[in-house]
Amino acid sequence: MIKLLYKSISLAKPMFLCATLVLTGCFNSDLEMPESGVIYCSEGNPSSFNPQLDTSGTTSDASSHQIYDRLINFDPLTGTIVPALSSSWLVSQDGLTYTFQLRRGVKFHQTNYFSPGRNFNADDVIFSINRWRLAEHSYHQVSGGSYPYFSSLGLSDVIVDVKRINGYRVELILNRPDSSFLANLATDFAVILSSEYAQFLENSGNKERIDSYPIGTGPFKFVDFKKDRFIRYAKHENYWQHQNAPDNLIFDITPSSSLRLAKLITGECDAIAFPANSELDLIRERTDLKLDEKPGLNVGFWAFNSSKPPFDNPKVRKALAMAIDKATLLEAVYFGSAVGARGLLPESSWAYQANLNDTNYNPVMARQLLRESGIEEGFTMNIWAMPVERAYNPNARKMAELIQNYLNQVGITVNIVSYEWSAFRERLKEGLHDSVLIGWSADNGDPDNFYRPLLTCSAIESGTNRAMWCSPEYDSLINQALKYTEIDQRNRYYRLANALIAEQVPLVPLAHAYRYRAYRNDLEGLLINPFGAIRFGDVNKQ
Amino acid sequence: MMLAHVIRKFNLLVLTLIVLSAFSFSLVYLFPGDPIVNLTGQRNISQAHYDALIQMHGFDKSYFHQYWYYMTNLFDGDWGYSFSSGLPLWQEITQTFPASIELSSYALVLSLLIGVPLGFLAGFQHHKPADFGLLAASVIGYSTPIFWLALILILVFSLQLGWLPLSGRINLLFDIPHQTGFILIDIFLSDSLYKSAAAKSALQHLIMPTLTLTIVTAAIIFRLTRRSLIDVMSSQYIQTAYTRGLSNFQVVMRHGVRNALLPIVPLFGMQFAVLLTNAMIIEVVFSWPGIGNWLIQAINQRDYPAIRAGMLAVSTLVIIVTVSTELLAKLINPELVGKIHGKS
Repeated sequence: MIKLLYKSISLAKPMFLCATLVLTGCFNSDLEMPESGVIYCSEGNPSSFNPQLDTSGTTSDASSHQIYDRLINFDPLTGTIVPALSSSWLVSQDGLTYTFQLRRGVKFHQTNYFSPGRNFNADDVIFSINRWRLAEHSYHQVSGGSYPYFSSLGLSDVIVDVKRINGYRVELILNRPDSSFLANLATDFAVILSSEYAQFLENSGNKERIDSYPIGTGPFKFVDFKKDRFIRYAKHENYWQHQNAPDNLIFDITPSSSLRLAKLITGECDAIAFPANSELDLIRERTDLKLDEKPGLNVGFWAFNSSKPPFDNPKVRKALAMAIDKATLLEAVYFGSAVGARGLLPESSWAYQANLNDTNYNPVMARQLLRESGIEEGFTMNIWAMPVERAYNPNARKMAELIQNYLNQVGITVNIVSYEWSAFRERLKEGLHDSVLIGWSADNGDPDNFYRPLLTCSAIESGTNRAMWCSPEYDSLINQALKYTEIDQRNRYYRLANALIAEQVPLVPLAHAYRYRAYRNDLEGLLINPFGAIRFGDVNKQ
Repeated sequence: MMLAHVIRKFNLLVLTLIVLSAFSFSLVYLFPGDPIVNLTGQRNISQAHYDALIQMHGFDKSYFHQYWYYMTNLFDGDWGYSFSSGLPLWQEITQTFPASIELSSYALVLSLLIGVPLGFLAGFQHHKPADFGLLAASVIGYSTPIFWLALILILVFSLQLGWLPLSGRINLLFDIPHQTGFILIDIFLSDSLYKSAAAKSALQHLIMPTLTLTIVTAAIIFRLTRRSLIDVMSSQYIQTAYTRGLSNFQVVMRHGVRNALLPIVPLFGMQFAVLLTNAMIIEVVFSWPGIGNWLIQAINQRDYPAIRAGMLAVSTLVIIVTVSTELLAKLINPELVGKIHGKS
């Protein structure tokens, strides 16, 4: 027995040696540090890598400014429109013809699934616009055929034609003047795809890969995506604008906000998405972390499904709006990281109306109005609370519970409903809700970007009009406003629209949230982009 | 005699697996929704495609037929598709399962290396301070909720001291292609320029999850070993050995160790099942991309095909490991335990 033991010990020794060798020795003799790279802890999975297909911030964060470019861009600091793939542009006197001069020598991504044979040119612009514009386009139906941003703004009807003047000049013809048109082309969604890649995929019969294996001209090219785990990007070596992008970019998908913060503290992430409002002070206190804040172009609201009785009655909606105390909601849910909303527009918008009347908390009046419109004691309704955190509503569930309490006091029983995020939006679009707590982050600084997608008739079908509210009077006001380029003229119409909203109460605006960005000290150049998605192209790590 | 035993165990294994597969097949009907959708994981498909699936899986025939098709597909590696990712389940499971097995096996080896020697030490020092001390420590280790232990470790070593990373298997900047699914082996096989840095990062990520699992498992193994050695040491043949004039050390080495280990080796095998379950909980805490994490995501998202396939894969492994350790124990010790007193 003892012999046996010795034998096994003498056997174990070289085995142990080998094990330590494997762990240290065999791996030696190579470089110590990985290439430069930035890890961003993001909040969820993108639904695809084409922001044309989805208005969700998660999708545009993962694609818009990383993989793609637009014809024109917003400057994140000033909000003015600056050249991007188009070096200059011209608008005709009548406001109907937009001519874009395209940049030369812009290279598309070279990846292991596609090698571009030519530079960016007019064909790519025409392809990218026609894909969402024309229902009969060969790529229109690929990946579902729904282009929510463009259809909510009715842009397919605004554009009559996209003309190729020559290889580097494109002309867009509109059927009516639209003063928000340039702003729309600069949003996260108006990205430029490669028509050569589309042709290549069509030839090999893999059209749907265009949105999951993207090719663009942006600072990063797509490498790998593992659902619920990570997205991997690599630097685009021939990026037209500069060569400063980090070698690698990783989105570490971490749905829990406390885990994101923990990873930021340990240095496993360099920057995180949506720090929770209750955690902001903790971030401010730490010397190794930075917290930037900026008033955001967003609005959180409580929308009533006006296609469903009794919520089709403006009196009922008004009563419900009166039954809740907005100030308390603001304090309990946003922890001081938001300002109360009176209308749809935040203060930073030029069309903000300071003297707009707000609904007051008045449960007695609310009760009376409800009884007058035939809502008896014990009436039951549901509030849908979105399952994810957004700046405009960081905790919809908690807010729903508070509202539940308020409505209880006026004799209404509330059921709180929630689904997984994509199912939630799917069912909202079908109008299965009574009311919903949700919000909107604007994609450009134009007021039209609030008024049109949130409440016009055409936005019901594209699924951004959560109130399912359709008023021809409102629609005509919003359309009128776009005919003018002078701010004063447009403002007149927006004030009339505000009055209409205040009278009809299709939704109760609750808050405009600040936007926060938390990152480690050694990260430079990560700006808060008030106009939509995050940009990593200019980020540097020390 | 031995062969008969092996055959009997093998029969048991096959029968259990058949019952298990039948159960997993029945889940297709028991889960809400259309059985063919639950089986294939293909939703929102055309009528023609749907009819083809019905044909392909024998859903126009008897249950027995369907089960037959089900088994054939399982062996062909066609496990259906996940609702949430749309990827083949076989691919998803073969990518996540090795991560769990890797974690569990390191923890098991470490637990044995710690638990068995300490168990002998305590058993040897029965009712002395060292024994009491170790016993007390094991009670603490054994009764600590594993997720809580994991969180405490994270709090101390990641957030306070900043020594160890708290999530994942490796710093994501290292692009290690998936080959075997065992991260250390994959790093070794990869042609990355940063192998040693990657291995270092992977080891750092391994420490805390492995340690958490080890603390709990080693405590159990310690207690088993200690109890067994105490029983053996109080038996008659040990007393006889002493009367023959052998020293303490000789008695323990010749008669104690082997006889104490034999009855508990199959119990170690059983620990693997507990260990794997614990590992699945730990994976969620440490965002370890293993099957436990994957399965819990699937449950959250009501991804029925994934729940069914994941359950089948995990239970199959547990049964195979349990039966084969039992078999191994018999092979080491062909005679029935308790008959070999004093032979060496």
